[in-house]
Amino acid sequence: MKVRTSIDEAINDIQDGATIMVGGFGLVGIPEKLIAGLLKKGTRNLTIISNNCGIDDYALGTLLTTRQIRKMVASYVGENKEFERQFLDGELELEFVPQGTLAERIRAGGAGIPAFFTPAGVGTQLAEGKEIRTFDGKAYVLETGLRADFSFVKAWKGDRAGNLIYNKTSCNFNPMMAAAGRVTVAEVEELLEVGALDPNFVHTPGVFVQRVIQCTGHEKKIERRTVRSLGR
Amino acid sequence: MALTREQIAQRAAQEIESGFYVNLGIGIPTLVANYIPMDKQVVLQSENGLLGIGPYPTEAEVDSELINAGKETITMIPGASIFSSAESFAMIRGGHINLSILGGMEVSREGDLANWVVPGKMVKGPGGAMDLVNGAQRVVVIMEHCSKNGQPKIVDECSLPLTGKRVVHRIITDMAVIDVTKTGLELKEIAPGLTVEGVLHATGAELIVDPKLKFIEVQ
Repeated sequence: MKVRTSIDEAINDIQDGATIMVGGFGLVGIPEKLIAGLLKKGTRNLTIISNNCGIDDYALGTLLTTRQIRKMVASYVGENKEFERQFLDGELELEFVPQGTLAERIRAGGAGIPAFFTPAGVGTQLAEGKEIRTFDGKAYVLETGLRADFSFVKAWKGDRAGNLIYNKTSCNFNPMMAAAGRVTVAEVEELLEVGALDPNFVHTPGVFVQRVIQCTGHEKKIERRTVRSLGR
Repeated sequence: MALTREQIAQRAAQEIESGFYVNLGIGIPTLVANYIPMDKQVVLQSENGLLGIGPYPTEAEVDSELINAGKETITMIPGASIFSSAESFAMIRGGHINLSILGGMEVSREGDLANWVVPGKMVKGPGGAMDLVNGAQRVVVIMEHCSKNGQPKIVDECSLPLTGKRVVHRIITDMAVIDVTKTGLELKEIAPGLTVEGVLHATGAELIVDPKLKFIEVQ
């Protein structure tokens, strides 16, 4: 029931103006095939919630080039000149959120918690206009939970029931986003039969996932290939 | 002589005690890892979801799904653990990280830090810095003492938008080590060969000179 056989089929009901959470940190753990599907489909006026916005001409960066993104909610977009240009020229709406606050807002949204207090951002422009309250002598800012019409997540292994396992640091924002999407689409590298995953090691339980699609040929581009020479 | 970037990193590494869980920011802070003595047991945290960063990989070890917060390819030490961004920041915000070492554009007399945006010019975003400065047990900022055009980066009041208010405990620059105290900024150490007058001249805020002032020890 959850398994889809094509990207088109997995995202065909996404309308212009939708809010979509997209997993990943940098280029690691991004649902690259679902993003490519969105590019092909041409859906516009999107609000994208994602820690970063890809790089120029790759991943979410491609949706900037085609002007499909109206608003971005992110913590860091420093790798993307086109992003900076569109924002400084007033063509793109941007909501910066401290990274931990972003993770927690998404977690809270998926966990049925409408708002919470955090110290991050107190005394900065990111807390302007928000309620500040003091607990035990320390100031905290009220932040709201986030939900989305759709969440795109990327997993290493998944089963037909939507249980997911991530690989290394590709986990990042994916588990919270899976829970915060009204419809969560999981792009997996390996799709297994129900029962094939060890329940002890499931990261995202299937209840959070509405659609699963197996994709091959992931590019997994490396942003900063850093190596040491042998012998050090 | 003012310290080199490597010497700043070397001095910053002396802040790390055995048993510490440490988060290193992007830029010079990342270099600090190279100077942690082998006999200290230190676990480096990466806010994208890893405890236990190892050395950079060899060409054969490169794994596209194993990166640090600076998006560099890395390895893991034995005993490392992987987790989500929410859990990562629970660690940070919850005060479980002993030390955060990060870069700065400006630090004020009261320990305010600005390091995430230059209005109208640079749009990058705060990343995890706002969470780190409010959550880590101790916050050390490492940076050049003055900007490229010679302006002091240690000032009475930050002119750039803040990352955090009253969050910095210690500043390490190419010229000096300065503590943020209740009574003001205290000059603890200066770079070998520099004078107190020279450091005061390059600083945009009043400094209290520690009677036990010493030279920074680096190689």
